[in-house]
Amino acid sequence: MSANRRPLSPHLQVYRPQLTSVLSIFHRFTGIALSVGTLLLVYWLAAAAAGPDTFNSAQNFVGSWFGILLLFGWSVALFYHLCNGIRHLFWDAGYGFELPQAYASGWAVVIATGVLTLLSWIVGLIVL
Amino acid sequence: MATFTLPANSKITQGKTWPQPSNAKRTKTFKIYRWDPDSGSNPRLDTYHIDLDDCGPMVLDALIKIKNEIDPTLTFRRSCREGVCGSCAMNIDGTNTLACTKNMEDIAGEVKVYPLPHQPVVKDLVPDLNQAYAQLAMIEPWLKTTTPAPERERLQSPEERAKLDGLWECILCFCCTTACPSYWWNGERYLGPAVLLQAYRWLADSRDEFIGERLDQLEDPFRLYRCHTIMNCTKTCPKGLNPAKAIAEIKKLMVERKG
Repeated sequence: MSANRRPLSPHLQVYRPQLTSVLSIFHRFTGIALSVGTLLLVYWLAAAAAGPDTFNSAQNFVGSWFGILLLFGWSVALFYHLCNGIRHLFWDAGYGFELPQAYASGWAVVIATGVLTLLSWIVGLIVL
Repeated sequence: MATFTLPANSKITQGKTWPQPSNAKRTKTFKIYRWDPDSGSNPRLDTYHIDLDDCGPMVLDALIKIKNEIDPTLTFRRSCREGVCGSCAMNIDGTNTLACTKNMEDIAGEVKVYPLPHQPVVKDLVPDLNQAYAQLAMIEPWLKTTTPAPERERLQSPEERAKLDGLWECILCFCCTTACPSYWWNGERYLGPAVLLQAYRWLADSRDEFIGERLDQLEDPFRLYRCHTIMNCTKTCPKGLNPAKAIAEIKKLMVERKG
């Protein structure tokens, strides 16, 4: 019986998702989403530089329901990554490692993401 | 490279359902990971039923009862049955803990029991932890000095000794290490929370004279810095210790020594 025939015990398949790990993987997902979203920003700026016709079509795309959906997702990713990044800065300085603190800061990040996203869309769509 | 699915030989199949106990008023269902190295087949999930009125309160009591009375082939490690030896570490109800200190009543519904995650399985609930043990040996977890030994013991003030609290209590069950996704994906190169907590236990010891060398050994993109503060380690530690904080303290020492 050779050792390399040994099966690998299940991991992601059986480990219970919890706030600690879920917020961590979302930090990475939103980081990737922000990189992709930056391409959208570059496209919009490049269109502005290319002339009024190109810019118009870019504006039409960004203003379409799909464009707004992308922008909304991008803003959620931005605020989440920002808030959780600040949480990471506290950890890097050695603070907030007790479990109750980590859970409180985790929920604070989730709530702050929701509030900041809603506020910025209210300002963007209604006030401006 | 991270592989998120199980290899073909590790996929879990439906197992056997063992008979209900007769005349039991309150029962608990257990789904337990089984793999027999002699069978040549894939791991399976067997179903057992336990009479709660005829069994001790802990998950380990149920496992021992199954082995004694239902299925003597069920294989698991256990020794002290009181949370000091770390032998019965396994994945119970989705998180890693010690079977001997996990009360069945704290688990709603059926109890799922797997070996510690992302490890080669020797048999049933027995994982092969040789890699983690080798990593522990690498950090040389003992007092290292250059100055000649004093006539009596090397003294510590109560304050210096207090710095080791929360570190010396680790029983090396590796619940934390095998709960860490970073260790799942990079276990060959990342030392994992249990070994890093041990590393900090010697870095924090006022009597140790090899702080610089110990830090040199950890100054590596993988050995230390694969910790991304996921905190599954601290969440799952059955002794209530904080490996994530110990790792952060090592990272702080790295910054401080650069001045």
